Amino acid sequence: MITLSEIAHNIHVKLSGAITNETLLSITEMAIVGIILLGSLVMLSFFLGYMERKVAAFMQIRLGPNRVGPKGSLQIVADTVKLLFKEGLTPNASDKFLFNTAPYIMVITTMLVIAPIAYSSGFQIWDTSIGVLYVSSVSSVSVIGILMAGWSSNNKYSLLGAMRCGAQIVSYELSIGLSLIAIVVLTGSLRMSDIVMSQADGWWIFKGHIPVLIAFVIFIIASTAEINRAPFDLAEAESELTAGFHTEYSGMKFAMFLLAEYINLFIVCAMGATLFLGGWMPLHFGADNAFNHAMDYIPGFVWFFGKTFFLIFVIMWFRWTFPRLRIDQLLNLEWKYLLPISMINILLVTIIAIFGWHF
Amino acid sequence: MIEHNLLEPDMITEDGDFVINIGPQHPSTHGVLHLKVWLDGETVKKVEPHLGYIHRSIEKMCESLSYRQYIFSTSRMDYLSAHINNQACALAVEMGLGVEVPDRAKVIRTILAELTRLASHALWWGCMGLDLGAVTPFFYAFREREFINDIMEETCGARLTQNFIVPGGLMADIHPNFVPKTKELIKMFRANIDEYNQLLTGNVIFQQRTQNVGFLSKEAAISYGTSGPVARASGVSCDVRKHYPYDAYDRVQFKEILGTTGDSWERYVIRIDEMRESLSIIEQLIDNIPEGDIVAKTKQVIKLPKGEFYSRVETARGELGVLLVSDGGSTPYRVKFRSPNFSNLSALGHIAKGSKIGDLVAMMATLDLVIPDVDR
Repeated sequence: MITLSEIAHNIHVKLSGAITNETLLSITEMAIVGIILLGSLVMLSFFLGYMERKVAAFMQIRLGPNRVGPKGSLQIVADTVKLLFKEGLTPNASDKFLFNTAPYIMVITTMLVIAPIAYSSGFQIWDTSIGVLYVSSVSSVSVIGILMAGWSSNNKYSLLGAMRCGAQIVSYELSIGLSLIAIVVLTGSLRMSDIVMSQADGWWIFKGHIPVLIAFVIFIIASTAEINRAPFDLAEAESELTAGFHTEYSGMKFAMFLLAEYINLFIVCAMGATLFLGGWMPLHFGADNAFNHAMDYIPGFVWFFGKTFFLIFVIMWFRWTFPRLRIDQLLNLEWKYLLPISMINILLVTIIAIFGWHF
Repeated sequence: MIEHNLLEPDMITEDGDFVINIGPQHPSTHGVLHLKVWLDGETVKKVEPHLGYIHRSIEKMCESLSYRQYIFSTSRMDYLSAHINNQACALAVEMGLGVEVPDRAKVIRTILAELTRLASHALWWGCMGLDLGAVTPFFYAFREREFINDIMEETCGARLTQNFIVPGGLMADIHPNFVPKTKELIKMFRANIDEYNQLLTGNVIFQQRTQNVGFLSKEAAISYGTSGPVARASGVSCDVRKHYPYDAYDRVQFKEILGTTGDSWERYVIRIDEMRESLSIIEQLIDNIPEGDIVAKTKQVIKLPKGEFYSRVETARGELGVLLVSDGGSTPYRVKFRSPNFSNLSALGHIAKGSKIGDLVAMMATLDLVIPDVDR
């Protein structure tokens, strides 16, 4: 069976035959990867936009988009074209440089974070030795984009939204980090491919007893807050702050925030799938047995995307069933519940890792 | 701070308060309500409602309309209880004329009024979720509301502003489908209230958001002149249907649901329970619609005797009073509406003080405001 890594390898061999200069070769490859990444991320956010509408529709006893294209699948393309043609308004009293830079910072941050994610065996853009650390540190840059957008808009609602968002992201980063550390402690590596390989005899969520399960639940809650989705969408809070930090944005600049939101959604779910649900690793129990071999027939990227989209569905499910929290409740939840629980949890995980009690 | 903002005197006051204007165009004000809010961070220090964006001088307009016509201009006040508004106006005219409304008309009026209340409360429930950030309840609420609107459309010919009442009775008889469809609705609605509870009432986040915020004490509820579910949540017994029964309310059994604490949660629960009571009222009447005329005989041109006539009804939001002053002519000399929303809105500043801005929106939702009724 042809795997994604073989395809990538073949392309590499063909290219190195054509281009002998090594620097030129790596630049060409980077350009190819970049273009493919950009294209596929836009396609991904199209798909997530469509998925969100359909999931919302089915939860709300209605049909969702069904006019443009088969089953409404091109609706999101039509919407993007609409946004492209809209005027990208910059308010007169805004800080124009910051106002126009903010959406780019949001998108660039999310594009950077996508680098170390492992899609399939050996198919990864950048298998760095600090993968998990890189993701958690770079993704926190996006809060700067939001604060910039909120401050520079010169709108009271935007400012309130941005300040809420700053408090929220900085707080929830802690428990997200601690729940990631739980897996890093068990694996002994920050490298994504190592983490996936360590789950060859079972995913961490099954191997790690209850502490890993707790870490997983905390990860899902905290990452929902981290990417500002309901019930933690206080930064936008359309019933309170009209549209929060992006109230003043229109046209393509607004679309960029949307793009960043969906890619962020994908990233946190991909991280959750990689760390807790085995990434591209098929469902394995124990060492070499018939069940594991049967599961191996399903290619890795199907597993990866299956798990990721399952988590995405769960987060969308939250959005369409829960009311929004209040700002003090949001911070209480983090500082009084999630953080102490994760701290004790990390202790338990460490004990498990030291004594090798996991399966 | 950007220079431009300093020129705007309202941006930050001398005491360091952050002033924002919620509305008149804002997703959570359900119309053109303008709230000026003084904030300390996220905490509300003061709320000042600014009115008049949808003032159409309905009271003045009524002075130039005949007694048959003026009833229908009130459909546009509280458009969610249009039928009940009409009923109040018709009651005032009937009081002036001294005509006895036929039994059949009385019962049908009452059933329609309770259907209106159900539709209104269903919409309120959906909006309540929407204001708290849960979008899904809105669509579930509209399922029932559409069904009620269909019943209304068949019988009254209109879905929202029914205009079905004339002085002395009703404009026409009910549609043959009315009784079976209403029975179907009762069955469906009962099951769906349980679904409402699963979707929103039982939700932990929802309970945390509404419990122990927005207290309105019994004394404050009376002194602000609140009525309807808002006052009843604070323990004020004020149901006009119970205390001053009109039309067919004296022949049905129903509970007046009273709360004790008067917080946002209580105001929510009371409306949910009221839906059940409305269903039971309809259930008692639907099988016992008497035969007979649907309208009492009145003159073509109605002229009321000289004097003042006051009628009061319980709309979905509280007590609506209609004061008619007649000088003996064919049009009213003066009409005054005591609208429930106006008084209920006045309590907002009191209950929202010291709460967070997110709760201000939730409290506004529990007051269930319809802005055209505030301004008239």
